Amino acid sequence: MFPKPIEKASPATQLSYKLFLPVALFIWLLPMLAIVMTSIRPAADINSGNVFGWPSDFQMIENYTAVFIQSEAWTYLKNSFWITVPTMIISVSLACLAGYALAIYKFRAALPLFFIFVAGNFVPYQILMVPVRDLSVKTGLYDTVTGLVLFHSAFQTGFCTLFMRNFIKALPFDLIESARIEGVGEFRIFWYVVLPLVRPAIAALAVLIFTFVWNDFFWATVLTQGEASKPITAGVRALNGQFVNNWHLVSAASLLAAVPPVAMFFLMQKHFIAGLTLGAVK
Amino acid sequence: MADASTTLSASRKNTWFQRNRMTVTPWIFLAPAILFFVVYVIAPIFQSIWISFFEWDGLGEAEWVGLGNYVELLDDDRFYTSLINNVWWLVLFMLAVPAGLAVALFLNQTVTGMRIYKSMFFFPFVISQVVVGLIFTWFYNPNFGVVGIIWEFFGAAPPAILADEDLVTFGIIFAGLWPQIAYCMILYLTGLNNVSADQIEAGRLDGAKGWKMLWYVVIPQLKPATFIAVVVTVIGALRSFDMIAIMTQGGPYGSSNVLAYYMYETALSEYGFRMGYGSAIATVLFLIMLIYISYFLYRMYQDEKGGR
Repeated sequence: MFPKPIEKASPATQLSYKLFLPVALFIWLLPMLAIVMTSIRPAADINSGNVFGWPSDFQMIENYTAVFIQSEAWTYLKNSFWITVPTMIISVSLACLAGYALAIYKFRAALPLFFIFVAGNFVPYQILMVPVRDLSVKTGLYDTVTGLVLFHSAFQTGFCTLFMRNFIKALPFDLIESARIEGVGEFRIFWYVVLPLVRPAIAALAVLIFTFVWNDFFWATVLTQGEASKPITAGVRALNGQFVNNWHLVSAASLLAAVPPVAMFFLMQKHFIAGLTLGAVK
Repeated sequence: MADASTTLSASRKNTWFQRNRMTVTPWIFLAPAILFFVVYVIAPIFQSIWISFFEWDGLGEAEWVGLGNYVELLDDDRFYTSLINNVWWLVLFMLAVPAGLAVALFLNQTVTGMRIYKSMFFFPFVISQVVVGLIFTWFYNPNFGVVGIIWEFFGAAPPAILADEDLVTFGIIFAGLWPQIAYCMILYLTGLNNVSADQIEAGRLDGAKGWKMLWYVVIPQLKPATFIAVVVTVIGALRSFDMIAIMTQGGPYGSSNVLAYYMYETALSEYGFRMGYGSAIATVLFLIMLIYISYFLYRMYQDEKGGR
């Protein structure tokens, strides 16, 4: 293990390490803590320069209620949910199928196709912006939740396929081979042999896609206009314009936007990190 | 008679499918993903490049201008500012890699409660960049932001970071580094978990310690983690849109613009709907990214060849 385990160091070093740890964490999360504190302060505190100190009054309930009453926050949150969850389901399903095909079958197009999925996943959004927006306008999907779901599903399929293909490739091929010898059909092999084995990958992808899509801002600005289909990220920006210098309300709204992915992360931490660090070890 | 012929064709179809089962099946599995991906990702890339040869407002007739948009780019100061800022982003964002490694080394211990510490350090990556951008906008506010308070504490007049043409890009990059360091950290923590204990032990017996051990024994083993960290950081740097849209909208006077945001601005906001010109900017950005994509694919190809 590197660096040397701290238990082997002198008691003084150990103690200072243990004392420094919370201090470091405090500094690291200072921006976050500041915004949490701000979201429960009365406006007067911020105007009088009391940003770090103890709030003169706890107005958590008032501030959060104000966000919901004075803005469309609830609609935004609902939209985010209806964009994120279907995207998660579609892109992971498509990737299971595609990843299986690319990992198991040996055909000449397999590797080039796989590389196209990988490359597409790294492309800058701007090169897609004009045609995708145009397509959405023409098909009546502009400014709808469905339009965002379809685009996100397609785009995330690239990453999911990369992930799934590598995951399935690492499974023991004998399993599939012996199922074939037993005369099990290809679709049944996929359904009964492979799918149960890729459950961890499905879980990892589901949390990652949830976070990526929930946090998307670019496509939310490009493909929506009105309040009816805006997700919370674009909504928070609109709120920022509406609550100019009402930092306590902006903070509260931002935290609302952050809660679902953070909750997802803490609930599914193991899968989340496994997904994110795929490829970081050989 | 009719019955017989349908049975015959059905059985023929069946045998054809049976004969070509292994060739056809993968395409059935791939079809939905390919369809989605082609419509929304592959085709738009080529359409964008095509549109970049036109002057088009998104609604009316598009007018062919050939390389006109690209020639215009060569003379566009805002384009150069954006390009230079993109270089700054690329260079300074790379700090996330060593910084992530440093944090990972600091946290790679087994003190009680370490798991919670690790997830709390990772936390900034999970929240939306919109939120990170808002937090830092407020942080940098000279009147009631944290920076203002710190500067006043030392008796200095606080700088208006986001309103200063020379500082603004660095202010935004600094904010962007916060989640990016967290990302690199988690990659390295996983990497460190898999560093071979034997080699460390062998290094120790040979008298390697501290920096030498890190440089000659540990970092070489972290190569896969470093590779991924560099890749995601480059992509992150070139995709920097959210933070700029939230914090400055490219201002003041376009001084914090990057290609990603400038493209959006030209095609979809106050500068009129210049889809062709925007697409030309996007194409330039795409070509820059293509260098990295090719390198990444080349590395993957080498792995595939070596792998099986």
